[in-house]
Amino acid sequence: MKNILTLAGKELRSLFVSPIAYVVLTGFLLLGGWFFFNLLFRFTYLASLYTGMRNLEEGLQSINLNEHVMAPLLHNLAIILVILVPIITMRAFAEEKRSGTYELLLTSPLTVTEIVLGKFLGCISFVGIMILLTAVYPAILLYYGNPEPGILFSGYLGLFLLAVVFVSVGLLTSSLTENQIVAAVSCFVALLLLYVISWPAETTGSALGGTLKYLSVVEHFGDMVKGVIDTKALVYLVSLIVMSLFLTHRSVEASRLGR
Amino acid sequence: MVEVRGLTKYYGDFRAIENVTFTAQRGEILGFLGPNGAGKTTTMRIITGFMPPTEGMVTVEGYNTLDESLEARRCIGYLPENPPLYPDMTVSSYLKFVGRIKGVGKGDLAAALDRVLEKCILTDVASRIVGRLSKGYRQRVGLAQALIHNPPVLILDEPTIGLDPKQIIEIRRLIKELASERTVILSTHILPEVSQLCSKVVIINDGTVVVEKQLKELAQGESLEAVFLRYISKEAEEKSAEQEQV
Repeated sequence: MKNILTLAGKELRSLFVSPIAYVVLTGFLLLGGWFFFNLLFRFTYLASLYTGMRNLEEGLQSINLNEHVMAPLLHNLAIILVILVPIITMRAFAEEKRSGTYELLLTSPLTVTEIVLGKFLGCISFVGIMILLTAVYPAILLYYGNPEPGILFSGYLGLFLLAVVFVSVGLLTSSLTENQIVAAVSCFVALLLLYVISWPAETTGSALGGTLKYLSVVEHFGDMVKGVIDTKALVYLVSLIVMSLFLTHRSVEASRLGR
Repeated sequence: MVEVRGLTKYYGDFRAIENVTFTAQRGEILGFLGPNGAGKTTTMRIITGFMPPTEGMVTVEGYNTLDESLEARRCIGYLPENPPLYPDMTVSSYLKFVGRIKGVGKGDLAAALDRVLEKCILTDVASRIVGRLSKGYRQRVGLAQALIHNPPVLILDEPTIGLDPKQIIEIRRLIKELASERTVILSTHILPEVSQLCSKVVIINDGTVVVEKQLKELAQGESLEAVFLRYISKEAEEKSAEQEQV
């Protein structure tokens, strides 16, 4: 456990001593802020439209902060994560292999599990920080309005789980290559596939459609954004994480055995 | 003590080393020589546990590197051909990180850091960023990294490369001093370095050990260059003769 924390701390620090952490955080918050501003602006515009109408009560009931601001915001942030997480994780193994520090890690008295979990913990701490910083948007809503806190929580839990899935896939692709660009692009493609795999669901038969829907991370995430925490969704996301980490473990082990 | 028994390594169909066997005793500096591509780095990588052999075994201080891998790795300080440095870190934070993953206890870390900084003449650059150091300094940070956990076995792949003459003398003195209570395996192309430092010489050519002798027995009146060239060419001649017979 001590070794895992040491590796995780080093991973996190190495992001912050290079410009990567700051560029990624700034980009993420800048885009997040822009989305939030626009969604909120549209919301107040809608609200002012409804107040001019006669059936005010009915109108105001049909719009709320959770559905009209937070839900689209979280969906947008998830899409930005699809782009940014591969950039955070691409270095994890690929850079170590190229620079020769992989030799240091593998000849140190560390188990492969410790190496993989250390990297994993370091990277999810960083995406945790990214997501935590966006909590300023719902904080503003909570201060000035009255969104449902339970739904906010469930949506954020969904976003974090989604980010953890992305990180574990990113670690896997990074462990397979010594080229960071290859690691990032293949992670990006895999994440996008996980995102859009449910697209043919409507037109295919119910069995296949149901399966594709279940395989799509965005379907489960969408439920959580609506405030529904389904065990089925949790099981799927957690198994994706465990499977990716297991394959990463195998890949690190194999790079040691194979060459 | 390091015992290498019958190591063979194939990369796919390519045979990198075959049946490599030698022993390095405590208190001994073993010079590991051979032309480029002879299999020196492969052998060192197998000894350090970076990769397993296709056949054969290595024991380090009595630990088998396959079955008791963690214990064996704990006993080894390894300086690879390219020092494994994180360019973004400072010298002392890098060395502390290496100390931690090599299993140096929290209470001993500061003392271990001071010791290697002093031994490798790095105290002045302790707070500098590794990536901005000159090649000589980086090489010494690499050496410090191999020493931080005070290992009984040192595997050094060309440790004096890129150093200026004064630093070379200092590092050689350091290696000699370290060797008194340790086992050192030193790979190098600089033959005078071998005559100065090593007590035992292993020459490897085309993946097989062609000679394993004490330096005294090997260079009887002859220069080490002559011996080296004779062994690597003799082997080549035998090989071509063999092929002709086939």
